[in-house]
Order: sequence, then structure tokens, then C-alpha cells
Amino acid sequence: MTDTSPGSPTSGHGFETHAYDVVVIGAGGAGLRAAVAAHDAGARVAIVCKSLLGKAHTVMAEGGIAAAMGNVYPDDNWQVHFRDTMRGGKMLNNWRMAQLHAQEAPKRVLELEEWGALFDRTTDGLISQRDFGGHRYARLAHVGDRTGLEMIRTLQQRVVELGIDVYMECTVTDLLRDGDQVSGAFAYWRESGRFLVFQTPTVVLATGGIGKSYQVTSNSWEYTGDGHALALRTGASLINMEFVQFHPTGMVWPPSVRGILVTESVCGDGGVLRNSEGKRFMFDNIPEFFRAETADNEEEADRWYDDKRNNRRPPELLPRDEVARAINSEIKAGRGSPHGGVFLDIASRRDAAFIRRRLPSMYHQFKELADVDITAEPMEVGPTCHYVMGGVEVDADTGASTVEGLYAAGEVAGGMHGSNRLGGNSLSDLLVFGRRAGLNAAYYAGRMGSARPAVSDQAVKAAAEHALAPFTDEGGENPYTIQKDLQDLMQRLVGIIRKKEELEESLTELQSLNRRAENLTVEGHRQYNPGWHLALDLPNMLRVSECIARAALVREESRGGHTRDDFPKPSEEWGTLNLVLTESGGEISIKEQPLPVMPGELRQLFEEK
Amino acid sequence: MGYDLSMRLWRGDRSGGELADYVVAVEEGEVVLDAIHRVQATQAGDLAVRWNCKAGKCGSCSAEINGRPRLLCMTRLSDFEPEETITVTPMRTFPVIRDLVTDVSYNYEKAKEVPAFAPTPPDKDGNRRMMQADVERGQEFRKCIECFLCQDTCHVIRDHDDNKSSFAGPRFFLRYAELDMHPLDTNDRRKLAQGAAGLGMCNITKCCTEVCPEHIKITDNAIIPMKERVVDRRYDPVVWLGSKILRREQRNET
Repeated sequence: MTDTSPGSPTSGHGFETHAYDVVVIGAGGAGLRAAVAAHDAGARVAIVCKSLLGKAHTVMAEGGIAAAMGNVYPDDNWQVHFRDTMRGGKMLNNWRMAQLHAQEAPKRVLELEEWGALFDRTTDGLISQRDFGGHRYARLAHVGDRTGLEMIRTLQQRVVELGIDVYMECTVTDLLRDGDQVSGAFAYWRESGRFLVFQTPTVVLATGGIGKSYQVTSNSWEYTGDGHALALRTGASLINMEFVQFHPTGMVWPPSVRGILVTESVCGDGGVLRNSEGKRFMFDNIPEFFRAETADNEEEADRWYDDKRNNRRPPELLPRDEVARAINSEIKAGRGSPHGGVFLDIASRRDAAFIRRRLPSMYHQFKELADVDITAEPMEVGPTCHYVMGGVEVDADTGASTVEGLYAAGEVAGGMHGSNRLGGNSLSDLLVFGRRAGLNAAYYAGRMGSARPAVSDQAVKAAAEHALAPFTDEGGENPYTIQKDLQDLMQRLVGIIRKKEELEESLTELQSLNRRAENLTVEGHRQYNPGWHLALDLPNMLRVSECIARAALVREESRGGHTRDDFPKPSEEWGTLNLVLTESGGEISIKEQPLPVMPGELRQLFEEK
Repeated sequence: MGYDLSMRLWRGDRSGGELADYVVAVEEGEVVLDAIHRVQATQAGDLAVRWNCKAGKCGSCSAEINGRPRLLCMTRLSDFEPEETITVTPMRTFPVIRDLVTDVSYNYEKAKEVPAFAPTPPDKDGNRRMMQADVERGQEFRKCIECFLCQDTCHVIRDHDDNKSSFAGPRFFLRYAELDMHPLDTNDRRKLAQGAAGLGMCNITKCCTEVCPEHIKITDNAIIPMKERVVDRRYDPVVWLGSKILRREQRNET
């Protein structure tokens, strides 16, 4: 491993400097898979991550990896998975990404097994697959309800075996450019606060999402939109930023755990949603678009678990945007649970041993954090900010952004999931596009040979000054206070249900937060100082929040993870358009761009039932 | 239902430190990490604490609460009396970086010493077949969230830094056992576990099992079976007989 002690190898910039072919930012599923792919393609690779290796947000993924392996239902194939994904995204997905994803996911799952993952098995000894919202067949390869942990541990162990360099607890604050090309990255060690410079012709962004800008979220502190903001600042474009997924089922009580995820597998395994009157309200919330494939009575819905060919799926397993909106309106109508959610009941429907075996983490989580025994009583759940569909605009096949040498994969990339992501499609996305981005970054670096773009002293100096600013300003704002105000504002004005006046108000408030954030003060010194770390993450959070609000204001329709109270229906015209955001001179600009056109043979899949 | 909680938090770095007193307002249903975050946001912006998921899934926020190794995010304030002072110190087995954050690189170095998983080739259709009953033992061990509390509490290294070079610790005995029990792994890890990893130094006091937040039976299900496998079976007629019976059962199942 490269010597990572502070102050070891230095260069003309005066900082510790390392040269690589590919630098991957982020060590979740996408970052680790990208690094393995780039390494296998012969590149010298570094992974740079904000936390310790193995702690990335991927560990929180519960349900499984969607892949049409057909182990449980032989009728399943990539075309069905592709169709489910496109319909779940309300047809706004980049069709080519959805196609590649559906085609390659099974291979990527088998690869994990080859590297040591222990998936749950079918009675034939194959990888077991479970039901999830929006998927026609049982399709999610899983390990109980801790699939994300299995995935990250497997990839982490692979990275260690291959001897890939990992810079842990190291945060990238700026990307460096030589003309129009990426030439490096500027970072600091969290432990010592010292700076380091990566010289690299390619950077793969795998930084995950933006959920920490919301008050109620399933996301960890790391989800501050770093990759989104770095891409914008480097000249790349973002698409679909108005689409934010609120997972229908987050914990609502006690307050300290509000937002923590309750896996959709609870519904996949037989759980149902009820309001305070005991009614399964999802039957009243089946949209026209999904009517043909959704059961309209409890008897049929209950039969579906055992006989999927002759029955339609329960409405609790509609795509997440539909379920989250329905829960939201039940609560607003006064039919919520005591702590402001609705009831998720599996206790009355499945025996205790089944629940403990299929949902061990959920059992543990409710028992230890809420004193609720989910095998004996219903859970209380409500929507929680979970995922951003929007992200860096990339080439479907290669993961390349619009800036040369800059790639993106996983949640930070946009397009794959359209306006709403299906559960289980995230872990598969990380594997499929992590690998593609890693490979293509390695190829790009290889083609370049020894003629590498240069890192300029001036850019490095500017990056260092920028990073140290919070120590030099005195009497400024506390970053924790601004973060709290931002979370409150996004939750209040740019949440599940949006309207013009509130979005306009959010932009005004964001402007004033931006002004306050120009003058941040942190106490203490550079050694492991969370106040300083937050001060450097905060501008990224503010920037992506502005992108979300701006795009949400422009898109005058409701679709997937974007619901406008003043435009409650999807519009045909908006259904053919992406919103593209770019930054220039510190200002965000936004333009409409037609969706890539799906070829005829794929379009046919939507004409058959 | 809120109240003012008295806390003593260790503040300092490699050169030394001391317990500092804080009084912080807390609410019903909160965990120790919530209280620490509130101290951080309102009284000590530079208070260092490592955390990520705040749901007991990532294993980042390990520390010692009133002397006991625990996850900060899974320790509820209701486990204590409101008037009780809660003392939080960093894990003692690892060098302090700052405040509650320790240098856990020992564990990452030990991880590099584990030989890679080496599976048998797949079946003709590209699948690998394993029975649920055969993967379940390994699955228990793979629940490990790498919080390193078992390493922290293990007396072989807790106050004996000099043992660290020859002892991988309970977390990695779990890993050796997992690979050894993997239905498709082709390596024999017994010698390695006994030699380089220092399995023999463990005298099964079960402290690791007690602190595991995932309730993995580290000692009973991983360490003791590994020790038994390491012992040369020919010299022990009971183990020899046991292994024969077991194998016959397995044959009957398949």
C-alpha cells in the first residue's frame, strides 16, 4: 500500500502527492466495483473515501439486488426486468442504461458469489430471489434483510485481496483540471487535517446521494452531495435533479430514529399497510397506470404470495412513489398512527419464526430502538428521504460525464432510474455501472499513455486556501446551525408534495443560507475536527439543494419522485424531456433536453401486456 | 419527558487528555449518540466522534460507555437513570486519534493477512449450488459489522500491545471460521489460524461474544470449532468418532 502517513511523499506543491491512472471517490458498492474493474483492466487505482472502508451507505441496503436470474420464476428475463424498470421510472429513464442494467445484473450477482458472498438459497441450492415493489417476478437476490452489508463486505474483501490502495477517512474537496480535462483531485486527511494531491487523468465519482439535506432521511452524514457538486464545479452537467425518492416506510418513533429505513421486504414477505381505522388504504390508491397489474381486493392480493401467475400483486407493492404519496395523504387526512405515521403490520399475517428468519435486522432494529416486537404488534412507519434519482449526466455505456476524464456511477449518476427507482435496482445499478465506469476510466487512462494532464500549483494553492477559509473567518456562523436550517427548509418547502409558491420561497431562503454560509467559523484545529468537515461539506449540500428546488420549479407536472400540488397529473410533453443543470460563474442554469429515443424493438415490449 | 443529562466525555489526543463535563438536554427515546451530537452542535463543535448510519448497521461508533464496550447509536438513554452521569471514553485497545476516535488500522492490517476465498469451479450452467443449511453457519459470521468491539474487549490485546503482531483477534477468527466452513472454499486455513493468526492464544473467556452487538456466538460457533479443527483428530478418539458421525449425516442429506 502507498505510504499514507501525513507528510510522506511530497512534490512541488508542498503537499503529499500521489499519482494514479484512476482515482475512485467513494467506497460504497459502485466505488468498490469500479476500483476492482479498473484494477483488472491494468490501471493503477486508488479509492478515496470519507469513512473507514466498509462503512459506506451501501451497508444500509436491506432488501436485495434485482437481477432477472429466473431462479424462482423461470419466466423472468431481462426484457421483463427492463420493462418493470422503465415503467417504475414512469418512462423517463435513459433506456440504454435500463437495458444494460437488466442484461448485466445477473452476471454481476454471480461474480459476488465467486468472491465469497453467501446469498440465501432456493431448495435447489440456487440463489434465492424475493418479491419487491414494482417487480413482476420475485427477483431480488438477498441475504436476509442485510444484503447491502453482504455486498460491501464481499467487495471490500476483494479490494483488499487485490491490494488496491485505499485512502480512508480522506475527503476530496476539489477536482483539478488541465484545460477541459480532469488532471487530479485535492483532498484532506480527516485524522490530521493535512492536504494531499492526487495526480490522475481520470476520476470516477461514486459518492452516493444527497439525503442529508433533508430532516427526515434514511441517509447517513456522508450523503452531502459531494459528487454532484464536484461535477458541477468541474463543468459537468446534472440531470433529473427534481426527482427525489421518499421511501414510503421509515421509522417514525422514537424521534431519534425518525427516518431510519424499514425495508420494503416487509411488504414483499406479506406485510400490509393500514390506517388508524384498520383499513388497507392502498386499495384506494391504485393509479390508472398500474391498475391492470394490481389486485383490487384483499383476497386476490393475499393469494398472490403463493400463486403469482393467476393473481395480481398487492397494492402495497406498487412503486415507492405511489405508496409514499398515499401514506402522506392518509396522515394528512387525520387517519395516521399515534406518532404521525401509518401501521405496517406483518405480525398478524405471518408467524413469529418466519418474521425473525426473513427480517432479522428489522426485528432487531425495532426491538432495540423502539421497544416494538414486530412479531407481536404493528410497526409505525412514514415516508423518509431515501434516494436521489438525479445525478451526473453520463454516457450510458461508459459512465463518462460531459467532462473528459470524469466518470460517475451509482447514486451520483443520473438517468438510469428515470423519475423513480424500483427497490432492489440500486444495488444492481452499483455493480453494473460501477464496473463499466471503472473499466472505461482505465481504458481512457491507458489510451492516454504517458502524456498526462498537469496539476497546476496555482489550482492547488487555491484549493488549499478554500479549504482553510473556515479557520480564518472570525465571528461567523456555526455550520451546524446552517445545516439544521437547510434540512428544515428542504423538508418544509421541497418535500414530497411541492407547489410553485413554496418552491420560489425555498429559492429565496436558499439564497440567504448561501450568504450566511459564506462566512462560517469553526473552533479548534485541523485534527479530526467534525465542525470543519461539516463546514466543507455544507456548500455542496446547499448547491445540490438549489438544483433540486430549481428543477422542481421548472417541471410543471407530477411524475415519480416529483409531485406538484398545482400540476397533479403527468404531462405528455414533460414525459419526453430531461432537465439539465450546469454551473457557470457560480450561477446554476437549467435547460430542457429531449430524452434519448428508444429503438422500436424495445418499444414493442410496452405494447404487449 | 426531556431532562438534562450529565455526561463526562474523554477529550484529548495521542499526547494525553482528560474527562470533560457537559450537561445537555435530551429527549425521550434518544440514544447516547444523540446526546453527543447535541453537545457537538451546541457546546463543542470540534468534539471528535466517528459515526455513520446511526442504526447499528455500520459499526462505526464504537466506544466505551461507563467502561463497557458498546455502540453509541444502539445504547439508549433509558438504560440509565436520568440522574446518572454517563461517561464515554474511546476504545482502550486502539491508539487514540482524538477524543472518542481511535486508530483502528490494526484491524485493517490483520484483514490483509487472510488468504482470499478460493471457490471450486461453477457447475456447467454457471451457477454454484449450495444448500441453505450449509451456508447458514457462514451467514451468522457475515452478520459482523466490523465494529471491532470484540477486538477492544479481548484481554489478549487489550492491555498487551506486544501481542498484536501475533494475534488477529476474535473478528478475524470469525473470518477464518467463515471461510473454513464455506461449502465451496478449497483452502485449508487451520494451520494459518493456529500459527500466524494466534488462535492458540485465545483461552475462550467469551468476552467477545458478550459485547457483540450482532449477537454472534463468536466463541461457541467460530473459535471453539476452529480450535477443534486445528487439533489433529487422530489423537482424539472422541473428535474422530464425532467427525465420522457428522459426515455420515451430511452424506444422508445430499
